Amino acid sequence: MTPTWVQLANLLAAVLFIFALKGLSSPKSARNGNLLGAAGAVLATAVLFASGIPLSNILLILAAVLIGSAIGWISARKVQMTQMPQLVALFNGVGGGAAALVAVIEYLEVGGENKISLAATVFTVVIGSVSFSGSIITFLKLQELMTSRPVIIPAGKWVTMLVAALTVVGAVWLVISPQVWLLVALLVLSLIFGMLFVLPVGGADVPIVISLLNAFTGLSVAASGYVLNNVLLIIAGTLVGASGTLLTKEMAKAMGRPITSTLFGAFSGTTAGNTSTGGDRPVRSGGPNDVAIMLGFANKVILVPGYGLAVAQAQGTLRELADLLTERGVEVDYAIHPVAGRMPGHMNVLLAEASVPYEQLKEMDDINPEFASTDVVLVVGANDVVNPAARTDKSAPIYGMPILNVDQAQQVVFLKRSMRPGFAGIENEILYDQKTMLLFGDAKDSLNKVVSALKNL
Amino acid sequence: MDGVALLTIFILSIFVGFEVVSKVSTVLHTPLMSGANAIHGIVLIGAITVTGSATNPLEINLVGGFVVTDRMLEMFKPKKPVARSDDGGAA
Repeated sequence: MTPTWVQLANLLAAVLFIFALKGLSSPKSARNGNLLGAAGAVLATAVLFASGIPLSNILLILAAVLIGSAIGWISARKVQMTQMPQLVALFNGVGGGAAALVAVIEYLEVGGENKISLAATVFTVVIGSVSFSGSIITFLKLQELMTSRPVIIPAGKWVTMLVAALTVVGAVWLVISPQVWLLVALLVLSLIFGMLFVLPVGGADVPIVISLLNAFTGLSVAASGYVLNNVLLIIAGTLVGASGTLLTKEMAKAMGRPITSTLFGAFSGTTAGNTSTGGDRPVRSGGPNDVAIMLGFANKVILVPGYGLAVAQAQGTLRELADLLTERGVEVDYAIHPVAGRMPGHMNVLLAEASVPYEQLKEMDDINPEFASTDVVLVVGANDVVNPAARTDKSAPIYGMPILNVDQAQQVVFLKRSMRPGFAGIENEILYDQKTMLLFGDAKDSLNKVVSALKNL
Repeated sequence: MDGVALLTIFILSIFVGFEVVSKVSTVLHTPLMSGANAIHGIVLIGAITVTGSATNPLEINLVGGFVVTDRMLEMFKPKKPVARSDDGGAA
């Protein structure tokens, strides 16, 4: 039985975790909240060592903890903000995998006497393993160690459903008649299922998948807390599960379609709709000077950054442009689509890194009514999230996705590399509109030219 | 602790979790995820309890998660009146 003081310390740690999440309601309180959360983790770990549980070699464990902390610290300091999705995917995988292993080891030691506890064990193993293998595939995709396009396996849907059915049957069977070989089989099946369900997901859907995996890891940690009789793990895991679930819902809403259609790769099947219709239709392209004049003499400008901006590492240059415009008395805002970037809120972090004040970052619902009264919209590295086909064209794969109403502005400027369509592979009608001007070239390069043209204005 | 007590804690935590997370600012969704990652890294104590031995990757999770979250949150400073060095040369 765990001593009372240890339980009380764990309760305190759980409360500190809640404060960590509560702090995130505003950027002002967020940093302190996070420190409280870290304090909770240190407290819980310290209490564990002090509580006198049987440990094989305390010095060895302490050394491992120190080495692990050092690696964690250094990698967290070094990682680039564009790589955050990979890091989160990796952490997700480690957490889920660890929960699964904890449950397996506990099973091997205690066995399956208590059915309710056994059910929790099985749940932990399945969800934890799915989260582990799914996260690793997501990591490989994001890190571009494998293709980031959807991987379509022949009859993949059926194979996935078969594996899922086998997993469920195996799980129930294991609870009824506990056997070690069955647990191993279940572990393997879950790992395979995790891979199968992430492989057909394409780059644009990564924000949803990453949130879902986050929820899975949280739930598996909570279930492992049930297995181990550990209240802190239950609370911590459930908090994470709630966070992941809410983010998943939010991302699915931002993509305008149910989660299920993401998981079965809706983008892959229906893309053929109306691609490559507009091959050589005329567009109005301009030079950096034209763009500088349009922006410099506007009253109100909205900047729409997409992931292409981050790829070109042009966040700093965009902020420089915004600063110059503000100095000239132009009203400048940034319109952030919820799925801009590769994970929830990614674009906000990328712009904050470039010292853009967060007050200027406007959410889609707040900024959309503003476009009608805006003189110029500058779209950098975004495409699908401003494509009106999402409102009108029922055959488009992005139909139903809420978009930024860029087409309502007086004038629109696109910084583009080429006329290649966005990720969803559909033509964007605004590109051919009379009020649209295109500036071709690398985003950073183009922005630099516009900035210097603006300085000479 | 008996199963029902644990279940009670679980259910109540769901409500607390949804309540707290639904108030998180949209701007901070990425730090929310990395912070959540750090929090579930506490499965470390479960791993140490069960194995009685060392677990490097989880320590990386726990420490790395909190540190990277702090690094991001540091960037979301409240706005100072046009905080920029006189003539911003291309950074």
